[in-house]
Amino acid sequence: MSLSRRELLRAAALIPAAGALASCATPAQTPAPQATAAATSAANPLGVAADKPLEIWIFDGGFGDAYAREIHEPMLKAKYPNLEIKHNATKEVAKTLQPRFAGGNPPEFINNSGANQMDFGALVADGQVADLTPLLDAPSWDDPSKKVRDTIDPLAIEIGSYDGTPRVLNYVNTVWGIWYSQKVFQENGWQPPKTWDEFTKLMDDIKKSGKMAPFTYAGKHPYYIYEALLTVAAKIGGADIMKNIDNLEDGAWTVEPMKQAATLFAELGAKYLMQGTAGLDHIQTQTAHNKYQVALLPCGSWLENEQKDTTPADFGYAMFPWPSVTESDAMPYGTLHSQPGEPYMVSARSANPRAGLEYMRAMLSKEGAGKFMEMVSTLTVVNGVGEGLQLKPGLKSAADALTAAGDNKVYFRWRQWYAELHTEVQAASGQLMSGNLKPEAYLERIQKKADAIKNDSSVKKFKR
Amino acid sequence: MRFITGFLVLPVTLYLIYVIAPYVQAFYIALTDWRGVNASPRFVGLENFQRLFGDGIWWKAVSHNLILLVLLPIIVLVIALFFAFLLNAGGDRGGVAGSKVYRVVFFFPQVLAVAVVAVLFQQVLRPDKSGMLNAPLISLGMEPIGFLSDTRVALWSILGVLVWQAVGFYVVLFSAGIGSIPRDLFEAAAIDGASRPALFFRVTLPLLWDTIQVAWIYLGILALDIFAIVWVMTAEHGGPDFSTTVMAAEIYRNAFEYFKFGYASAMGVVLFFFTIGFAILSLRLSRRERIELS
Repeated sequence: MSLSRRELLRAAALIPAAGALASCATPAQTPAPQATAAATSAANPLGVAADKPLEIWIFDGGFGDAYAREIHEPMLKAKYPNLEIKHNATKEVAKTLQPRFAGGNPPEFINNSGANQMDFGALVADGQVADLTPLLDAPSWDDPSKKVRDTIDPLAIEIGSYDGTPRVLNYVNTVWGIWYSQKVFQENGWQPPKTWDEFTKLMDDIKKSGKMAPFTYAGKHPYYIYEALLTVAAKIGGADIMKNIDNLEDGAWTVEPMKQAATLFAELGAKYLMQGTAGLDHIQTQTAHNKYQVALLPCGSWLENEQKDTTPADFGYAMFPWPSVTESDAMPYGTLHSQPGEPYMVSARSANPRAGLEYMRAMLSKEGAGKFMEMVSTLTVVNGVGEGLQLKPGLKSAADALTAAGDNKVYFRWRQWYAELHTEVQAASGQLMSGNLKPEAYLERIQKKADAIKNDSSVKKFKR
Repeated sequence: MRFITGFLVLPVTLYLIYVIAPYVQAFYIALTDWRGVNASPRFVGLENFQRLFGDGIWWKAVSHNLILLVLLPIIVLVIALFFAFLLNAGGDRGGVAGSKVYRVVFFFPQVLAVAVVAVLFQQVLRPDKSGMLNAPLISLGMEPIGFLSDTRVALWSILGVLVWQAVGFYVVLFSAGIGSIPRDLFEAAAIDGASRPALFFRVTLPLLWDTIQVAWIYLGILALDIFAIVWVMTAEHGGPDFSTTVMAAEIYRNAFEYFKFGYASAMGVVLFFFTIGFAILSLRLSRRERIELS
């Protein structure tokens, strides 16, 4: 027994480390295949090599992958009958495709999204992501006299740019706000608040009514609440609040508007949260919302689609923007956090990158974007597509809010740029909401992490 | 001889390629700043290890592993020994009434995949009316306990789940061990007037010592490489606020969320030495004369 036990020990000692390390295979040193563009023409402005296959990987998340199979791929196939399209879908983008990049044969077109997406910063730094300038300067799918860049939200181009070069197509437009049920609000005579005082009064009323809790958020994923906190801070202090945070400016987190916002959210956490919020995830809280256990929930415009299976038919999703805090807020009522998202990329070192760009051009057409909007019930970055379409109430409410906001839109990018900062802000925000961190300590703690990242030479820095 | 060599070529080759080679590679990657996609990682020497030394979250993870390393084996062994004793020698004719049923029931948790256990307990520990443990509290008008959302409680919830899952297997293991102890030893002791506790401490425990040692080492390694329960069950993967994070979770986070494969490999190397160190220590400490039965 004794002998075999020792053998077993030695073997067992190796098991945990193997599990952790085996997945890190050293990269292959294969040279990248040289991508050559075929001749361009009016019918084929990007010079697609129609004789080479086009490999497409769609993230099988909230939007599924049917939109690619049923809308965009047939559009391309109709134009290039000889082009072989290899469709794939995955929930694990990084695990599936990372080895392809390391091995030097990446697929052409990737919807690099979801919790397991590949790090764009690392991909761009290594020259793996194709420049989208040829696409943006190409004539649009619908109108040859207009360039693609003039048919989409300029923010989409800005957000998809790395060091001034457009690399990533963020196709879906998302707006954030506070969601409620029109039915509940009508039955109780509640009104969407425009000022913070009205907001707290509304929540007091809801609390007093005893029918439901006033407010909840995805407590297990505090991103949902720090997003709102930053939006309120930017509304108080202006869009530069987010810009300075993105640029890792000194003291960007500890400015006065951030303190005001953090204080308001600490109060929100202390007084108005649904019981157990901190331990519930987005699905659990959203389901509670659908069951009329809670009145208000901050979320992005994907909410209605994500909840379509649990929402009562007469629920009537709608959203309102975060209310004004003071009369001297830097940005007016109606200001939205709006951000092009859902990233798509073309691999620079794939065999047929031009076909990937052409696929994007099809996505950005009126037909491609309009059908997408109807099918997955979300806004896109393509201008003027929603008009004349039959939209669900929540999507309509979001589209209206976006129109009403006009240029008063704010966004931040550090979440994608500095994943480590995101982890820290999530952790700290959860503690702020549950009262374990005071607003000042909360901001100082995050500032410390932001400074550490700023001083860390191994982290690539971005500017906007 | 040639036959045996021929027979071993395949497994040994597979082992070299899929087990040994990744180890060696990991040691090398730990000395680079590889981020997972670039083909030529830059050599940075021991920078990753220096950085690791000052990484507060890493040390937090290490401390959690150490807490589990101490408590998990002790708690599991005590409970499992107690149950095994009751099942086998606790009653008049072998075990307590219904011991055969218990033996099967205790083994159930072992049959479930770790991810399933994590998802199950997510529901059991929910802080609202749908939570199995909190529902009675709430209906009594008490505040629910944030089993996984209170930073002071979460690690103990993890420990509880780990114990729940591990105990069954060791009950069965110890039952088998007790079963192999000759009955006449118990009878002789009983005739000499030994009480139940005396039976347990003077007969069962010494004769089971070898098995207990193996169990302790197994559980120690389980505590060092715990990952799935934490990653699947907790908020923010090792949260809230890093209150349940463990070494393997930090390795995963740095490798697959931050894409710092070099740094994550450095963590892996440290974990490797922790585990080796634990194994050597256990071997030294557990050196003990065996009791000869015949």
